[in-house]
Amino acid sequence: MTTTALDTLGRLESEAIHIFREVAGEFDRPVILFSGGKDSTLLLHLAIKAFWPAPVPFPLLHVDTGHNFDEVIEFRDRVVARHGLRLEVARVQDYIDDGRLAERPDGTRNPLQTVPLLDAITGHRFDAVFGGGRRDEERARAKERIFSLRNSFGQWEPRRQRPELWNLYNGRHRPGEHVRVFPLSNWTELDVWHYIAREGIELPSIYYAHHREVYLRDGMWLAEGPWGGPREGERLVGKTVRYRTVGDGSCTGAVESDAADIEAVIAEVAASRLTERGATRADDRLSEAAMEDRKREGYF
Amino acid sequence: MSDLLRLATAGSVDDGKSTLVGRLLYDTKSVLADTLDAVHRASADRGLATPDLSLLVDGLRSEREQGITIDVAYRYFATPKRSFVLADTPGHVQYTRNTVTGASTAQLGVLLVDARKGVVEQTRRHAAVLALLGVPRLVLAVNKIDLVGFDQPTFARIAKEFTAHATALGYAEDAVVEIPVSALAGDNVVERSDRTPWYTGPTLLEHLETVPVEPDPHDAPFRFPVQYVIRPRTPEHPDYRGYAGLVAAGTVRVGDEVAVLPNGLRSTVTGIDTADGPLDEAAAGQSVTLLLEHDLDISRGDLIAAAAVPPTVTDELDATVCWLSEKPLAPGARVLVKHGTRTVQAMVTELRTRFDEQRLASTDAPASLALNEIGQVAVRTAEPIPVDDYTRNRRTGSFLVIDAADGSTLAAGLVGAPLPVLDGIDNDAADGHALVSPGP
Repeated sequence: MTTTALDTLGRLESEAIHIFREVAGEFDRPVILFSGGKDSTLLLHLAIKAFWPAPVPFPLLHVDTGHNFDEVIEFRDRVVARHGLRLEVARVQDYIDDGRLAERPDGTRNPLQTVPLLDAITGHRFDAVFGGGRRDEERARAKERIFSLRNSFGQWEPRRQRPELWNLYNGRHRPGEHVRVFPLSNWTELDVWHYIAREGIELPSIYYAHHREVYLRDGMWLAEGPWGGPREGERLVGKTVRYRTVGDGSCTGAVESDAADIEAVIAEVAASRLTERGATRADDRLSEAAMEDRKREGYF
Repeated sequence: MSDLLRLATAGSVDDGKSTLVGRLLYDTKSVLADTLDAVHRASADRGLATPDLSLLVDGLRSEREQGITIDVAYRYFATPKRSFVLADTPGHVQYTRNTVTGASTAQLGVLLVDARKGVVEQTRRHAAVLALLGVPRLVLAVNKIDLVGFDQPTFARIAKEFTAHATALGYAEDAVVEIPVSALAGDNVVERSDRTPWYTGPTLLEHLETVPVEPDPHDAPFRFPVQYVIRPRTPEHPDYRGYAGLVAAGTVRVGDEVAVLPNGLRSTVTGIDTADGPLDEAAAGQSVTLLLEHDLDISRGDLIAAAAVPPTVTDELDATVCWLSEKPLAPGARVLVKHGTRTVQAMVTELRTRFDEQRLASTDAPASLALNEIGQVAVRTAEPIPVDDYTRNRRTGSFLVIDAADGSTLAAGLVGAPLPVLDGIDNDAADGHALVSPGP
């Protein structure tokens, strides 16, 4: 084989593999945040490539809001078993049950993930936490470093970010601090889908068009579920939909779509005039700086 | 032609940099409807009649409150001709370190000036930083050209002054382009303006789409910092021992003779592995795993290099540092140096010069280097490291200076003296050059 310049996907893949290996070389207890969504599934695929033929030297961590899509949990467990990985689960429900967290009036549990996440990081003494965040998702995420230091409260401090120079990543941290690592920083949503197609990566079925009973709330099609819907005045209707992101069921909306396979999804994403978060994530609509505020608290 | 251009913006506060970046995203239709709606709403909330495009990029709460950019952000956009990764860096003096961050990987720098003010101190500083960090090409966007009545002589004067500065920094004239623009109104950013009929050059986007990109030098000597040793110890791979890393420079082929540094052992490449199967060769930018003929003691931090053209292995470095910390650097400082995949203890034994980016001259033996200052230093490392000169290799010629106590990044380090041309500049001649801003 002759090698010339890498194409875009090859360059992004190489960069992500480099980041995984840097963390493996410099940290004691890394962990990969894994929800079964497309970005974390991609993350895991890249981790497997980075250490082949050796196994991935990190466990996975899922912060479970309790508001899951069954297809995603089934997928998560199947992937973990197939690759012989270790999965830790931090459950929001446990915190609600024993009173450490209170259910929000709007029923969404996405913001409630922060405390169980930080407790899991502290409890397991994780010092590097991989996430699938991308800079193209949101303005505050565009400011994120690839190695992003969090203080002992798990907080992001944008004014104190370290300069990130060349591809020399500084992972130094003091006891109690940890580093969030974002190997997909430079990927766009479309890059993610092109790569999933190129590599033939399996995803939860809800990413592709299927029939589902949904109801309309705040302009989004939400699925029936334990998160309290439909309420009075909200009517279930059958639609052909798919999901662009997978998160807490209470605030992750479906989009009407006939895209039943990956080529159709790529065509749809390329033509879409809405960002994936704007289209389907209610929690980002709360304020102009919703994401930044949550990241400052310790959210991903 | 490369399908990707990495660029970094720089400019003074209030030169309209965020607006220019917002305009570039807006006019290339890289902004989706919901994002645009949010900007329309936020602009209306602020009582503005037209959307404030800077809100597309200033994402942090305090940036939006103060109307300034605080931190570097990365933007992605594409046209049918090319994809772009844009490092949007702040102009404020106290955040010059972010210009260093953006410039470290950029292939092109876009500097902004306000047409009413012309080339100012920050412009000269940023151009010097871009030159020092080896950014191959510059664009000067002369912004707010509408506010000087689209006046050709004003533009010509600024362009001439900037060209003189850039060539004094070592840029060839064809590596520097000046463009009159109005980021607010959109003149010559993406759409050609009919209000500057005297300007015959490209719009900013046309230039970005067509400017040559220097490729990764595949013919450079092979360099491979070892990141991680892959030893599966599984039934299928009981004896596998591979050296994982990213090719930093050059090309490696199966059968090549290599040297392992710093210890100098030699071996031959017997395989180049990836999860997708073996390769015959790998080039700069590729993450691979190397298999060697001999069972050597190689670990993270070692550098595998072309045996015929090895780097210099030394524990006495001459280097240039961009000081990025509020804590000043004094001679005798004990620090950590991260070079490639190796972090070593080090001491800055001597501060030799401080570079004055205004006069393009160096002063002798400063007592200290403060935040945003650039100087040449002597560094002694606790163990030898294999280095190349920065002007020959941006990867193996660069290092981080890290505070051993709190882990913060103190400085960007560049091996050698990447602005050697300046040593020959006569200070009087530089002063006599039209390097002083003519003012508004």
